[in-house]
Amino acid sequence: MAEPVIQIENVVVAHRDSVALRGVSLAVPRGEFLGIIGPNGAGKTTLLTVVNGLARVLQGSVTVLGRDANGRGRHELRKQVGYVAQALAIDKRMPISTREVVMIGRYGRLGLFRHPGRHDWQLVDEALAMVGMAHLAGRPIGHLSGGEQQRVAIARCLAQEPEIFLLDEPTASLDWKAQTEILELVKRIHEERGLTTLFITHNFDALPHAFDRVVLLKDGLITGDGPPDKIISTESLSLLYNLPKAVVEERRPHIHTGGHHHGL
Amino acid sequence: MDFSIFGYQFMQNAILAALLGGIACGIIGVFVVLLHLPFIGVAMSHAAFAGALLGLWLGFNPLIGAFIFCLGAAAVIGPLADRGQLSPETSLGVIFSLMLGIAFLFIGILPNTRSAALDLLWGSILANTRGDIIVLGVVAVLVVAIVVLFFKEIQATVFQRDIARAVGIPATLIFYSILFLTGATITASFSSIGGLLIFSLILNPAAAAYQLTYNMKRMFIVSAAFGVLSGWAGLLFSYLFDIPSGATIVVTSSVIFMLAVIFSPKRRVKSWPKKPVPGDIP
Repeated sequence: MAEPVIQIENVVVAHRDSVALRGVSLAVPRGEFLGIIGPNGAGKTTLLTVVNGLARVLQGSVTVLGRDANGRGRHELRKQVGYVAQALAIDKRMPISTREVVMIGRYGRLGLFRHPGRHDWQLVDEALAMVGMAHLAGRPIGHLSGGEQQRVAIARCLAQEPEIFLLDEPTASLDWKAQTEILELVKRIHEERGLTTLFITHNFDALPHAFDRVVLLKDGLITGDGPPDKIISTESLSLLYNLPKAVVEERRPHIHTGGHHHGL
Repeated sequence: MDFSIFGYQFMQNAILAALLGGIACGIIGVFVVLLHLPFIGVAMSHAAFAGALLGLWLGFNPLIGAFIFCLGAAAVIGPLADRGQLSPETSLGVIFSLMLGIAFLFIGILPNTRSAALDLLWGSILANTRGDIIVLGVVAVLVVAIVVLFFKEIQATVFQRDIARAVGIPATLIFYSILFLTGATITASFSSIGGLLIFSLILNPAAAAYQLTYNMKRMFIVSAAFGVLSGWAGLLFSYLFDIPSGATIVVTSSVIFMLAVIFSPKRRVKSWPKKPVPGDIP
């Protein structure tokens, strides 16, 4: 196993009176494309925010890129971790252009009192071109469709020049074409830039094709961890989603056959 | 028309107060509009009112009381909203009702200060002293300096606070600083515009600028310009028609807002040029 860039050990996180993660341990080696699946409320988003130091960890330790993610260096750490959050509604009249939103990815690295220079704008334009959004650079961000806004969020992470890429259901609420295009885009960026990627998804069709490893999360605990074609089975999905095996097989007839799917 | 009145010291003070207060309130208004916290001005101005009454009661400068209460309210609103136990609007509502209750309590137990309390509610831009102008000047310079120095951090924070935090910007510190600046601006403008009307001078110019531009820098500039225009035009109308200055300034800012809504390019359906490209998502 390659050197782990993310090392989570026995982590407990609670949001007020509900426990989101109950002693989770996970090691992610450099360059891995890791899928995280699980029902709503399983703790998937919390697991990602543990990695970039946004979650308040009550117990356990989190080491990311050699830094303590809960320590004083967490602001510095976040500059090396790109994070695409779940899509939020953006005010249509928000006075900020697509190009400026992508530039936000550079702000952390620039630090206080420094303004973006020509090199920063060049990185922003390259990132927009890479996600196929260069032609919309001047448009107000609120005027873009949901899929376009998610591409812009990915471009923002690219402009950040991260080492780790966290994506929280970036394809939720998008149509099938947009879902497959975004997953292909993320996979391409992951490979071209040599990133370590954690991707929350509900798109089981894509798992064997795109991911190196899959983690199943339920009630704040990791209940399965391994290669997608071994870990995604009728039994595991039945346990994960509390559904009878017959129902899982009825809804996903190709799963138990060993994962020969219809592409992304 | 006799404009010799503008040669008097009190009128020059009023013109300066309108300039400085217009800039500070206009800029703070941009935060209020973009962070969707219109209630913050109401809550803060009532905190300032309650603090000023406390000053009157205990015999110290009402401005100091107003400042302490405003900063106290800002210090409570941020953490209350951040802990997620209350939404920002709910925590503002709680602060507003508490401050209103305290203010009325002071008015009730201090009958002799009722007239002074009404002066605080309505304000008087024509009664500004050089000291008031200096305080306003310091706050206006502070507000402009912070926006210029930390524009990129502010832009990221008002766009999406969680994303700003995720890229390594101290967004919580920026948000709390915005709340403190709001409190300082309201306190400094309090004696000119009055506790009841200050809210309009914060909200209206920024809401008008919001109708006219998709550029945040331009929104700050246009909002400050509208704030100054409201103050100067209001002063002029109040002199010409012999009507209360604070109320005239606020009505003028409301008229500017209505004109901005009518002529807003954002109301028209805009056909953005869109070249079809491979992989573009409709």
